Amino acid sequence: MTRPTTPTAGAATGATELPPSALVRERTRAAWLFLTPTLVAMALVAGWPLARTFWFAFSDANLTDMAAAQFVGLASLQSVLEDPDWWTTVWTTFRFALVSVSLETVLGLIIALALNAKFPGRGMLRAAVLVPWAIPTVVSARMWAWMFNDIYGVINAMFLSVGLISEPLAWTAEPELSLLAVVAVDVWKTTPFMALLILAALQMLPGDIYEAAKIDGAGPIRVFFQVTLPLLKGPLMVAVIFRMLDALRVFDIFFVLTGGSTDTMPMAGYSRQRMFEYQEIGVGSASAALLFVIIALFTTVYMVVGRVKLGGEA
Amino acid sequence: MRWVKKVAFWLLLAVIAVYTLFPFYWAIVSSLKTGSALFEVSPWPKEPAWSNYSAVFTAQPFGQNIFNSVIVATAVVVLSLVLGLTASFALARIEFRGRKLLLVSVLAVSMFPQIAVLSGMFELVRWLGVYNKLPALIVSNLILTLPFTVWVLTTFMRELPKELEEAAIVDGATPWITVSRVFLPLMGPAMATTGLLAFIAAWNEFLFALTFTQSDSVRTVPVAIALFSGGSAFETPWGLIMAASVIVTVPLVVLVLIFQRKIISGLTAGAVKG
Repeated sequence: MTRPTTPTAGAATGATELPPSALVRERTRAAWLFLTPTLVAMALVAGWPLARTFWFAFSDANLTDMAAAQFVGLASLQSVLEDPDWWTTVWTTFRFALVSVSLETVLGLIIALALNAKFPGRGMLRAAVLVPWAIPTVVSARMWAWMFNDIYGVINAMFLSVGLISEPLAWTAEPELSLLAVVAVDVWKTTPFMALLILAALQMLPGDIYEAAKIDGAGPIRVFFQVTLPLLKGPLMVAVIFRMLDALRVFDIFFVLTGGSTDTMPMAGYSRQRMFEYQEIGVGSASAALLFVIIALFTTVYMVVGRVKLGGEA
Repeated sequence: MRWVKKVAFWLLLAVIAVYTLFPFYWAIVSSLKTGSALFEVSPWPKEPAWSNYSAVFTAQPFGQNIFNSVIVATAVVVLSLVLGLTASFALARIEFRGRKLLLVSVLAVSMFPQIAVLSGMFELVRWLGVYNKLPALIVSNLILTLPFTVWVLTTFMRELPKELEEAAIVDGATPWITVSRVFLPLMGPAMATTGLLAFIAAWNEFLFALTFTQSDSVRTVPVAIALFSGGSAFETPWGLIMAASVIVTVPLVVLVLIFQRKIISGLTAGAVKG
């Protein structure tokens, strides 16, 4: 390493006031060098395909010959917006997202509060709760599809035996019921994730506030609503928006549980059907681009609300 | 009053445990039933039959499907970790212009809905000549795991003490030496956590695997399980499906039991702390 030619100047002034030192320059160069492979990979697998999707959205691209796509302006987008099926899927997706995320939040809170207490076997229960999260969505959807089976399913059998229903229901065939079934699977699968995020936040809460509340004689319910919930608001918002993003791009559960009927299809299912069953890459891409814009809006909200930390200390 | 509370609490715990575990229990029970026994709702199999478990591997190329999933998920994890380690060092430990913008882009990419890149990715896959081949899934799964890996590793990397690096710099170590000799050994646990989460993500991926493969022998586990069909269109082989579900769930349960602490720390680093 080369030494500064005038050592006195270097010693007198602080390092920050100097022009970038050899060290800083070397480190900056290393930073870009280190980032290059990742940036190239991300450009290849994310940037480029996204850009192509947006190009297809403004074209009449067809699956049989994608290279022959012609620019058609807003025509593809227009045919999506004029398609009542698209609006059905939008409605389905938003209802699914709202209902399942609300249920997941409430159940997640309850489970997190329970797991936050000390009891023998807590570690085991916490591990058990993680399992639904870890298994493939397709597997959980198949397991539930069997439980929801209209003739041989255990859910109909249980509901019949306790008198909740008077005859077996076709859970996965009727649009209204199948939305319920899809919500049930999603809630079962993702509540653990929610509960663990909330639990992590709970464990970071300062204990002395609870001491103070105890001394003041506040009951557990008052403590929850006046102490815990306000303190949890931030992390809870982040978790909710995070889950919303996931729920809006849902695909697997619907695919396995309800098959290909447009009455019960999420937005992502619509796009895929247009692209690969109707071979209309242009129209499918236009709807996918719309979904992307919706999710991008939510992501922006997430970053603002979550006050995502980007600097080291900031 | 005290014991009422206690009973209520344990009841709540029992409900949580049953709710979480019953679907697994039912899958296991159903996987051990064959023929008409499958269509009787009985809480346990009268005569446990293992034939579903052997049929999964003989009637379907399920062994090949598992092998495919292992190859794809392993390759994706290794690639993500190798790329992510140096990238996260740069993002976490070096101040340079454009760093924040890069971090925002990484986070933004991790939020991309898969469907938004599907048609572009399909074109890319065909252009690379890997349609209906495993590399198609390795390439496409990177979009799920790479941004996530970079983000979580950056979070972990930031928490390591500054003194380590200063000592390395004083000793005249180049940034590469600092990463490979000083940080890599310390990042072991963080890389295990991130790698495990990336593995689960790649193992569970469905949309790309469904779209970019066609033959039974190239399918991954989730696609195989989703598309299992019986002799006729009206006959769903539930016993087989449940056996296959149990087979792929057991290793994940074991992983979760062993690594639950790591998984939880990784999940929270990825989502809450930011």
